[in-house]
Amino acid sequence: MSADENKSNTKKTAGAKERVGVYICHCGSNIAGVVNVGEVSKWAGENLIDQGVVVSRDYKFMCSSLGQELIQKDIKEQGLTRVVVAACSPHLHEKTFRNACKGAGLNPYLCELVSIREQDAWVHTDKVAATEKAKAIVSGGVARVVHHEPLEPLYVPIHPATLIVGGGIAGIQAALEIADAGFPVYLVEREPSIGGHMAQFDKTFPTLDCSACILTPKMVDVGNHPNITMLTYSEVQKVDGYVGNFAVTINKRARYVKTKDCTGCGVCWEKCPKKVIDDKFEAGLGYRKAVYTPFPQAVPKYPVIDDINCTYFVKGTCKACEKFCPTKAIDFTQKDEIITVEVGNIILATGWDLFDARRVTNYGYGRLANVFTSMEFERLSNSAGPTGGNIVLRDGKTTPKSVAIVHCVGSRDKNYNNYCSSICCMQSLKFAHLVHEKTGATVYNFYIDIRTPAKAYDEFYQRLIEEGTLFVRGKVAEVTDAARNPGEEGKLIVQVEDTLIGQQRRIPVDMVILSAGLEPRYDSKAVAKLFGISCSADGWLIERHPKLDPVATMTDGIYIAGCVQGPKDIPASVAQGAAAAARILGKIQQKEIALEPIRATIHEEQCSGCRICNTMCPFTAILFHEDKMVSEVNPALCQGCGTCVTACPAGAISGTGFSNEQILSQIEGLLLLTLDKKKETAVA
Amino acid sequence: MSDYLFYPGCSMESSAKAYYHSVMSVCKSLDIKLNEIDDWNCCGATEYLSLDRMPAYALIARNLALAEKQANGSKTVVAPCSACYLNLSKADHYMNEDKAFGKSINEALSAGGLHYTPGELSVRHLLDVVLNDIGLDAVKAKVVKPLTGLRVAPYVGCMLPRPDYGKRYSDSEHPTELDDLLSALGAEVIDFPLKTACCGGHMTQIGPETAFELIRRLISSADEYKADVMVALCPMCQMNLDAFQSQMNGYFKTNYKMPILFFTQLMGLAFGEKSEKLGFGSEFVSAHEAMKRIGVHTPIPEDIKPEPKKPAGLPMPPPRTKTGQKNTIGNKEVSK
Amino acid sequence: MTNAVSVVDPPSSQTRREDPALLHEVSLRTPGKSHIEMCIQCGTCGGSCPSGSAMNHTPRAIFAMLRAGMRDDVLKSNTPWMCVSCYYCTVRCPQEIHITDVMYTLKNMALESGMVQDSTAFDFSKTFIHYVENYGRSFEIGLAGIHSLTHVKLATRLLDMAPMAIGMLTKKGMSPLPPKHIKGINDLKKILNRAKELEAA
Repeated sequence: MSADENKSNTKKTAGAKERVGVYICHCGSNIAGVVNVGEVSKWAGENLIDQGVVVSRDYKFMCSSLGQELIQKDIKEQGLTRVVVAACSPHLHEKTFRNACKGAGLNPYLCELVSIREQDAWVHTDKVAATEKAKAIVSGGVARVVHHEPLEPLYVPIHPATLIVGGGIAGIQAALEIADAGFPVYLVEREPSIGGHMAQFDKTFPTLDCSACILTPKMVDVGNHPNITMLTYSEVQKVDGYVGNFAVTINKRARYVKTKDCTGCGVCWEKCPKKVIDDKFEAGLGYRKAVYTPFPQAVPKYPVIDDINCTYFVKGTCKACEKFCPTKAIDFTQKDEIITVEVGNIILATGWDLFDARRVTNYGYGRLANVFTSMEFERLSNSAGPTGGNIVLRDGKTTPKSVAIVHCVGSRDKNYNNYCSSICCMQSLKFAHLVHEKTGATVYNFYIDIRTPAKAYDEFYQRLIEEGTLFVRGKVAEVTDAARNPGEEGKLIVQVEDTLIGQQRRIPVDMVILSAGLEPRYDSKAVAKLFGISCSADGWLIERHPKLDPVATMTDGIYIAGCVQGPKDIPASVAQGAAAAARILGKIQQKEIALEPIRATIHEEQCSGCRICNTMCPFTAILFHEDKMVSEVNPALCQGCGTCVTACPAGAISGTGFSNEQILSQIEGLLLLTLDKKKETAVA
Repeated sequence: MSDYLFYPGCSMESSAKAYYHSVMSVCKSLDIKLNEIDDWNCCGATEYLSLDRMPAYALIARNLALAEKQANGSKTVVAPCSACYLNLSKADHYMNEDKAFGKSINEALSAGGLHYTPGELSVRHLLDVVLNDIGLDAVKAKVVKPLTGLRVAPYVGCMLPRPDYGKRYSDSEHPTELDDLLSALGAEVIDFPLKTACCGGHMTQIGPETAFELIRRLISSADEYKADVMVALCPMCQMNLDAFQSQMNGYFKTNYKMPILFFTQLMGLAFGEKSEKLGFGSEFVSAHEAMKRIGVHTPIPEDIKPEPKKPAGLPMPPPRTKTGQKNTIGNKEVSK
Repeated sequence: MTNAVSVVDPPSSQTRREDPALLHEVSLRTPGKSHIEMCIQCGTCGGSCPSGSAMNHTPRAIFAMLRAGMRDDVLKSNTPWMCVSCYYCTVRCPQEIHITDVMYTLKNMALESGMVQDSTAFDFSKTFIHYVENYGRSFEIGLAGIHSLTHVKLATRLLDMAPMAIGMLTKKGMSPLPPKHIKGINDLKKILNRAKELEAA
């Protein structure tokens, strides 16, 4: 007997040991409309007997209870040892059929779902060819499944502590929910105080609640909560471990203030002689000292010394704060402290950055004095801001008599960001209201569309119309100070096409407010990499499923909440923060989590220690043992993507659930028909 | 010695002789060797494109084909006229982007025994070459008579910074290239807001009222900012602003006397060349008064100088840095 | 400055014929990827256009009319002829539509259709092209001269223009004679004829 014949004999024997059930789903007309499912089912039943098929059926909707019961009945009555379902994509129903098998007493990993919908019926129009392809796919599935082994999920314990990165409203909400449920939380925030962007706003839409008034009670709760450890002025440096067992290294930057002694009295910043422009909280419109708290209601109340601007750090002199501090809380020798915390789950709620409106040169921000961004306007309007809540021009004194509010700056624009920033229409309406209320000025809103989808939003728009806002439908072409006509001298002229009239208009105003869009944080890509999750091309972090799972990510144990996932308003951020918290509380309650056993394994004897796989792994799941000079896959982190399996030059890595044997058999199964035909033509 | 294929354009031989002479002088000083494309034809300006797409682009592409044939190491075509530059670079860009279109154009060219490989040549304006290939340091080194005290309004025009498919300029509305060059010559650069507003192009012949309005805007803006001269880098712009200035004055009953020069004329002066050799005297609105000012180093009287703006009130946002985009987050400079 | 004419025509008993293939045709005839179907009617182009107030329809309105298949209205409009090719619209358009190039296409189509209302721009172009096709170079004096003389409106401005004309000859030293033709003028003619054949195909 030749080697080939020998091999095929062994295959037959291997196949013959198993009893395979094949189920072809019609999926209504989704599959059956293109693929002749009856023919495929019949073919499998007749032609794959050598491969172990003992029963082959087709049914309208395999995923239905009746469909599942079909499988279960056959497992029990026909003693099936393997099941192949040919239906939709495993993304949708792999779990359904695996559970069905489990229910009938068959190990769920002995069931294989092959897609003849997304990979066949939905992408082909030639019915004959599609049917042949379906046969090949089924054949491949059968050839593979006989090499499956029963697998058990991996159980890992869940540490009850949670890390929340980002102290804005989403992070605060999540922290309070988890802490109130009785579990410990670490809340890490990069700025000296929690609060995020919401602390900078004046009023919030559509209720016109004072932003700080609704935020600060939550901030105080966080500050006082026994279960929350706030780590402000800190950043995450490294994340090790896997779901349920993360070890996170955090850099607590030196505040140069001894927090156990500091009372928050404020003498230090009063006496500090060094004033700098506050380009964070005051959006560059106001000043702060080198030793400062970002705003009066800061939580925690302890100031920080800005070592880039502080006279002592720059020149070695001054130290006024140290001299005057009544409790001797200033300590210039303080160093950054690196700590490691152990947590079971992580929520990323790091928020957004404002689009840099200087990029849109035709709007003149940065060149024309009285063009302001949305955040600058929030600070103008805020009574704790640099002008005490007075809306004035850049000279700090003059009240504007006419104001233009420009929508869609840097959003919905392929030259900058293609997406819609979601909140700017409502924000622009809010600004219009505030300008009316505080100055009585004439207000123009220049828009492409008015987007007011949520509760009480469109009513807010109508309120603004009633208040006398002048709406002009047209995206502003330019803002200029070059006067052309009488009445334009000394003003800012907004040039726009009023599209509803079909004419170009030049409207002179005193002040222009640009509703600049939301962008991901400047370091979102680096942060995503740090935590082992992905971000989109724009830089927003990617959720597990855009419709059905917006707070989980593809990495178990890491959740996202708030604007870090995409632009959204405060209610949506709060909801996502609470959702992430609820998911985590559910996991903590279960005390342990089951991980999919589909993962890679490195065969130590074959590993040469080249470490190519280490850097290739997108989940940083491969460790290297210096002592043995071999790599090892951490089964809890591994997601079974298969990258390392292909990358390994020695072929030392194989996957449970995608072993070389399984894949090669599947390929041979796929080619069965083609090879048979070739044999026929060769013989003929 | 830097070697370039040179596309002069029709105006250089007629209405923009001053540009031609000053370009030749400046290139000699800066060691820019210009190999004129043999037997080049008119690029069609904005006229040919109105009639028919294929013939228009074939007309332009003939020059690219001739240049490719002539190219002897140098792969850059330099054009001093903005419209010629844009036409040549657009033809190359579209032939490259739309392969079927490129094939058709080449088919037309083959009727004249020519062929152009899209993407083969790089097309650049003379300003671009001076700034990026020669460099401001080299320019500064050649300045023997700095234009100190001369207030110059840099008028870039519209076709140079837009649409800028090759992304060669810092901004499509307020670019700084010409400003930097003029500063390097020692002049006082006036940052006026209409640097890239259109001069009207051929509207002087088609719709004069519109054209006069566009011309008026530019000149009145430069005048408002107290410029002594305006500097242009396109023969059409220079002609519109200069030759039509008196008609514009007549239409609006204004009395502007703004001399319009080519940037190479000022470069030549700064490099020490005699003004007659640089085409001075051929302009309609005489530059004599303005040049007297720098010929004799008199300090500018106080009442002419505009008051410097004292920073008061709320702080302005910092200017964007040219190299990349640096954000100051907190007080740490981080790159985006 | 001329006021723009209202976009909406008075109602007529004859229903306007719409041509659904118009948008696609314009897109095909514009070189490169022009993205014209992406227009969201934001109005940036209309707002940016320096000669917008002289056009009977703003560029944005033209795009809306293209989408509505209003072939006759588009081709009769003076919009493309008022375009100064300043490219403000092209660089500012949030959908990156090559508006200026579409204007050139509309000029081509308007000429073909014979629906151009005011032939001033077209005549200017034709005179320009006449010189280029016969000499390979443009001839500014000839162009300006012939154009002024054939357009009565402009003839009344001849007195104003005289000093400039004289200046062109004296100060600028421009030649009143046509330019010498390029060596390859016959080849150029062959190339252009072939291109015209390809365009018609």
